[in-house]
Amino acid sequence: MTEKVLFLNQKFDRPATLEEYRENGGYGALALALEKYAPGQVCDLVAESGLRGRGGAGFPTGRKWLSFAGRKQGPRYVVPNTDEMEPGTFKDRVLVNCDPHLVLEGIILAAYAIQADQGIFFIRPSYEQDAQLIEGELNRAREAGYLGKNILGSDFSFDIEVHRSAGRYICGEASAQVRAIQGYRPNPRKMPGLHLTERGLWDQPTLVNNAETLACIPAIVSRGPQWFKKIARTPSGAGTKLFCVSGRVVRPGCYELPMGTPLREIIEQEAGGMLPGSEFKACLPGGASTRFLPKKQWEVPMDFESLKKIGHQLGTSSIIVFDHNTCLVAATINLLNFFVRESCGWCTPCRDGLPFMRHLLLEIEHGRGKEEYIPMLRSMAGQMRHAYCAFAPGAAEPVLGLLEYFEDEVREHLSRGKCPCRFSDAGGGFRRKQCLT
Amino acid sequence: MLPEEIRHRLETRIAASAHPRELVVDVMYELQNHYGFLNDVALREVAELLQLTPLEVEELATFYDFIYRRPVGRFVLHVCDGVVCWMFEEQSALDYICKLLGVAPGETTPDGQFTVLPTVCVGYCDHAPAMLINGKLYGPLTPEFIDRTLEELRSISCDLVLCR
Repeated sequence: MTEKVLFLNQKFDRPATLEEYRENGGYGALALALEKYAPGQVCDLVAESGLRGRGGAGFPTGRKWLSFAGRKQGPRYVVPNTDEMEPGTFKDRVLVNCDPHLVLEGIILAAYAIQADQGIFFIRPSYEQDAQLIEGELNRAREAGYLGKNILGSDFSFDIEVHRSAGRYICGEASAQVRAIQGYRPNPRKMPGLHLTERGLWDQPTLVNNAETLACIPAIVSRGPQWFKKIARTPSGAGTKLFCVSGRVVRPGCYELPMGTPLREIIEQEAGGMLPGSEFKACLPGGASTRFLPKKQWEVPMDFESLKKIGHQLGTSSIIVFDHNTCLVAATINLLNFFVRESCGWCTPCRDGLPFMRHLLLEIEHGRGKEEYIPMLRSMAGQMRHAYCAFAPGAAEPVLGLLEYFEDEVREHLSRGKCPCRFSDAGGGFRRKQCLT
Repeated sequence: MLPEEIRHRLETRIAASAHPRELVVDVMYELQNHYGFLNDVALREVAELLQLTPLEVEELATFYDFIYRRPVGRFVLHVCDGVVCWMFEEQSALDYICKLLGVAPGETTPDGQFTVLPTVCVGYCDHAPAMLINGKLYGPLTPEFIDRTLEELRSISCDLVLCR
């Protein structure tokens, strides 16, 4: 039986209540930390646990927290990031709906560790129901003394409010999110040598962490960093991970499993394998900003380092599964459509480069492709690293994956002078394009 | 003109905020819900309430896809065209809805009931293909499910507003 950290109180049809959360030891980590640990010690525990950010970049959480030591005094902020707009990703929605107080306790512990005064819970508009749920649970936490002045009788005070977003993928980028909260147009903003941990919201030190990252903290504090690290199935991993599986599988859903669980196992056992009549062709292992991963690699343990070793990224660990009938050129066009629409338009590589790559792929898909488009695509995708933020390099990943592992399929479009696929029944009464071969 | 009750509530919130500009999205939502969309009058009122220029509000209003600068119907259908929904229906749910309602993407039905907007991944990939109607999830979509849902919504008298 796998150890549960994040879904310990899962009820499936409703969120766990504050009472249920407490019955299973909830808010015990907060009481322990306030009584026994200095803020810096909580940062040390997190650093020792090996926890890395769950929002996509995988930055070591403890290192980020420790950088607050010696920062200027005055207001400090914690921003739990639940923008979650990476296609294929819905783990934070499931998590918040499963055990809202676990996320809240994680936020409060983070705030204590970096000595923050205020938390701003950033939520995307598609998750309005969750925003309302969180607001209700914040009230309960306040009444129980977990938020507000002198939390649990200590001299630590902190409160959280909800910030409703009005859409756009770029708001998930930490510096853009900070601008969005302040009411400015949310273009990412970088200041050389200055990180948000030094100058973030209203120029004050600010910690932006993904909701899942924060939800790991109570277990690290109460059960110890070594325990947390050892739950992972690989030495390079730490803790458990929420894996969203979607696409052509029997049971799409969000599964909590040890970090380092092999990809094949997640798809075949947890998600129930492929839909009848479907064979695994490829998946995006970590959302739309990662490369197509072919079947020959599907034994890979799902953790940051194991994927990196074979040229992939864990991203948000949202596994989007494509079957043998899906045209991956068309899938890549769909992904680029997303990135083209969501680009904030700030820098030229992203604003002009992404539509140009989409144009080349559309030409190929419609049978008007030329041999030279393949090196052009490769070069353009490679150039995206010169863009202002991580958005465009992410957008280039599926293109690079397509050319690396499925170049034959791209070339078949060229040699046939058309897409080797046709429309057919997708099930449920809709049409779907399928490969002839 | 904004009713006194809404204006007063917003002014109180703004006065209590250390950084009033932080409230701009909330204020835009509030006025959008009152007027049905963020019209030019609403845009100026948002600016005035927060002591911003109308242009500053405009650059935000046009940035966000859940702020509507043109009139929308009573129900706004955000039909997901993310890669997972695409994989299941290749935009045919959008095509089906548009055909059923007799509108093109982005248009509103002549009776003012429905607006159809193609939308990037809405985060319900485990219910693909999916759409949001005034912020509420509907999925997995089938032609029969869409027929039934739209028929039910036509006959609802109260406004169902979660987020729009």
